[in-house]
Amino acid sequence: MIQAIAFYLFAIVVIASAAMTISSRNPVHSVLWLILAFFNAAGLMVLAGAEFIAMLLVIVYVGAVAVLFLFVVMMLDIDFSELRAGFVRYLPVGLALAVALAAEIIIGVGAWSVGGVNLGKRIAPIAEQTPNIQAIGDLLYTRYLFVFEAAGLVLLVAMIGAIVLTHRKRPGVRPQIISRQVARRPEDATRNVKPAIGQGVEL
Amino acid sequence: MIGLTHYIVVAAILFVMGVLGIFLNRKNIIVILMAIELILLAVNLNLVAFSAALHDLVGQVFAMFVLTVAAGEAAIGLAILVIYFRGRGTIAVDDVNRMKG
Repeated sequence: MIQAIAFYLFAIVVIASAAMTISSRNPVHSVLWLILAFFNAAGLMVLAGAEFIAMLLVIVYVGAVAVLFLFVVMMLDIDFSELRAGFVRYLPVGLALAVALAAEIIIGVGAWSVGGVNLGKRIAPIAEQTPNIQAIGDLLYTRYLFVFEAAGLVLLVAMIGAIVLTHRKRPGVRPQIISRQVARRPEDATRNVKPAIGQGVEL
Repeated sequence: MIGLTHYIVVAAILFVMGVLGIFLNRKNIIVILMAIELILLAVNLNLVAFSAALHDLVGQVFAMFVLTVAAGEAAIGLAILVIYFRGRGTIAVDDVNRMKG
């Protein structure tokens, strides 16, 4: 009973916040609604017994991705009102497509609930006693080791790509070059002159 | 009681909302990226729900990989957006076809 209440609470909030995300006038509000959607999806996943993925969702999505979105939205000085120009014009096409997609998924789920297609055996059955994190770790570092390393490679490439794309050399900036400061000798920097009287100094 | 069908319906609504978000905010690429995040969230929800229903852990492992790709995609997409804005002063994606060559 309590599970049903929690499920419906999370489900309603996640769907409502998704709707607010895509229809919000201000993108900052969109990001905040997105964070709410992620939190409630994490709640749904905890309810399904996947604690590790739920915590990962909160850490990675809310802690990194949503903050990145918020950062970019606030950093760029954009007039958002003109970007909303096509909202009403695209509404019928978008709604038609959304209804078609939803109908297809509902047909699929309906056909599946009558009797699913048998797609072979289970690869990694969940043991009752093992904690979720331990079970995922056992699987991840043995059977899916290379896929895991490929995921790490994807993140590395994404990081390098983001740095290469956004880094720029700004002209006119005079950074501190410590090696040149240290290598500067008194002989190079100072000069003894003997000015004639009444002539002043030419430097 | 809560069954697998409930989870699939929630994930399906979330997925459809992501697609609808791409259509509604055709000009605002930030919201398009957020809609893609919603779609990937729906996929993750499906993977986790099936993993729990079938008592098979592989779904959760692959949800993790989807999460990885989503994080990388958001980083690269926002980086491209930042350099596009730096050169253009706007993020209207209608003008992107001027970028050829």
